[in-house]
Amino acid sequence: MATAAHTSTVVHTSAPTHHHYTTLGLDSRKVAIWAFIGSECMLFVSLISTYLIYKGRSVIGPLPHEAWTDPSTGQVFKPILNIPVTSASTFVLLMSSLFMVLALAAVQNKELPKRTRGERILGNSKLWLFMTALAGTTFLGFQAFEFTSFVHEGLTIRRNLFGSTFFTLTGFHGAHVTAGVLWLCTMLAIDYRRNLTAKDSLLVDICALYWHFVDVVWIAIFTLVYLIK
Amino acid sequence: MDTHATTVPDSAEASLHAPTSEVEHPHPTWSTYWKVALILTIITVGEVWAYYIPSFVASRGFVPTLLFLSALKFAIVVMFYMHLKYDHRLFRVLFTGPLFIAALTLLALMFLFGHLFIHIT
Repeated sequence: MATAAHTSTVVHTSAPTHHHYTTLGLDSRKVAIWAFIGSECMLFVSLISTYLIYKGRSVIGPLPHEAWTDPSTGQVFKPILNIPVTSASTFVLLMSSLFMVLALAAVQNKELPKRTRGERILGNSKLWLFMTALAGTTFLGFQAFEFTSFVHEGLTIRRNLFGSTFFTLTGFHGAHVTAGVLWLCTMLAIDYRRNLTAKDSLLVDICALYWHFVDVVWIAIFTLVYLIK
Repeated sequence: MDTHATTVPDSAEASLHAPTSEVEHPHPTWSTYWKVALILTIITVGEVWAYYIPSFVASRGFVPTLLFLSALKFAIVVMFYMHLKYDHRLFRVLFTGPLFIAALTLLALMFLFGHLFIHIT
């Protein structure tokens, strides 16, 4: 019987696909995204470390949580962080993670019959991919609003240590969100072009892992930068 | 229907056919995802609420509480949304290994240069 051979043959009944297995039987692409996420952890922790080390060491304002008066002009700068707006953007990003897992579940369960209207909505991968991309774009809109208002209030990346570390940290995160939104739009385009099926679930899974990572980074930033005075 | 054959190494196929219950489990259902989202929202509301209580902000428990809640949210997203609780343990190692090193580096830097600086002299 063929099982005695060193390699064995698996018959698929689908379009040709290329598998990338490691010796553990895991897909190399998934191993790669986890390794990438691990390296990204180190990048963001270095940026967060820099922010925390310089926290409270700005010589001039505006400051994150305290008002500051310019001694030369007498101009008063309010505490610059807008917690209600950032809380709203945090909520949007958390909800985007929910939409993302619903998109993944919809793709994984594509072949299952959808009897009720609720099942059809939950099984609509296009809807959830679109909602995730929309939530990501909304988050970027909040960030653009925040950055613009900070600049109008006198805080730029060159103004003080807080400005330098804050814009670098949140700017890097925003760049990652932008990359995630582009990735999601690509997945959505593929779904419209040829309908993602359960066989494509790994593609969505990898995209989802990146998106959730962006979310967990923001969870840390929101607490360490915005809430802890 | 288009039928074709693909040759895979024995080790890969063996892993595919091996009982995966020890390393991988089925992913959560939609209802679990909704519950997780609700818990994350409640924790976030709790964090922001705590920020607006001056007496709590001034207390010694404020920072540890926020750090704990943040770590809790982080862990929930990683375990349930990123499926790390259900996936192969290699993924856990690939994620928690660098995270552990990064956390140690953060602590070391905070002791050396930050607010945890130890005055030796």
